[in-house]
Amino acid sequence: MKLSELAEKLSLKIASHTEGMNGNITGAYSSDLLSDVMANSKVGNVWITLQTHINIVAVASLKGLAGIIIVGNRQPQPETIEKAEAEKVTILTTSHTAYETAGQIYQILST
Amino acid sequence: MTPDISGNVEGSFQLIGGNFTNAGEASTQLKMKLFEFGVDDAIIRRAAIATFEAEMNVIIYAAAGQLHYYITPENIKIRVEDMGPGIEDIEQAMQEGYSTAPEWVREMGWGAGMGLPNMKRNSDEFMIESVVGEGTTVHMTINLNE
Repeated sequence: MKLSELAEKLSLKIASHTEGMNGNITGAYSSDLLSDVMANSKVGNVWITLQTHINIVAVASLKGLAGIIIVGNRQPQPETIEKAEAEKVTILTTSHTAYETAGQIYQILST
Repeated sequence: MTPDISGNVEGSFQLIGGNFTNAGEASTQLKMKLFEFGVDDAIIRRAAIATFEAEMNVIIYAAAGQLHYYITPENIKIRVEDMGPGIEDIEQAMQEGYSTAPEWVREMGWGAGMGLPNMKRNSDEFMIESVVGEGTTVHMTINLNE
């Protein structure tokens, strides 16, 4: 499934790198521990987190993730957005919690 | 695919303690170099993760440090030295889940006690030496050919 289709179904808002919406997602990974994401997420996963600081961009970029969904109405910091544009990392936001977001994605991807 | 590396390529980075903004620059540059050489994606990712975790450790714990990489047709060697506080008990530090990171670092999602294990897991050879009050040096080798 394309990231854009998922974003539409979940009404996600785009915070950075719109071009990345054409990318395909291989699944999702939900965690707020950055080393855990590096160890256990898979290439092409969309990453669900409440972290908003600049280091999430490097994690997503180095790990080859499809994008980041920031939950709970949190907004990425300005320097995070700037870095994400430079590194071509798509960041999306939602007012839903990580639990709700992961649950919805799980349902969408397993049907 | 055989990586197209003619001769040896090396690079160095200065790392400043507490500078979270530039974290990942050394790993990103190394990743781009390896990509240019046509190195396998999975190997690039292992090198990038190992390097990034090493960068983060210097940024979180040390005053300053240096990261050096050396790429040959056979492998990538990464050496990270810091002027650190040093690690008292390396065996304990290598245990998954053990961390001495301060609370504010943990709130950023670092300091989960996974950095050193991640470095080891992504390296073919891993060595760490540390002297309390002087600093820590990590040596990692990642093979380019299976």
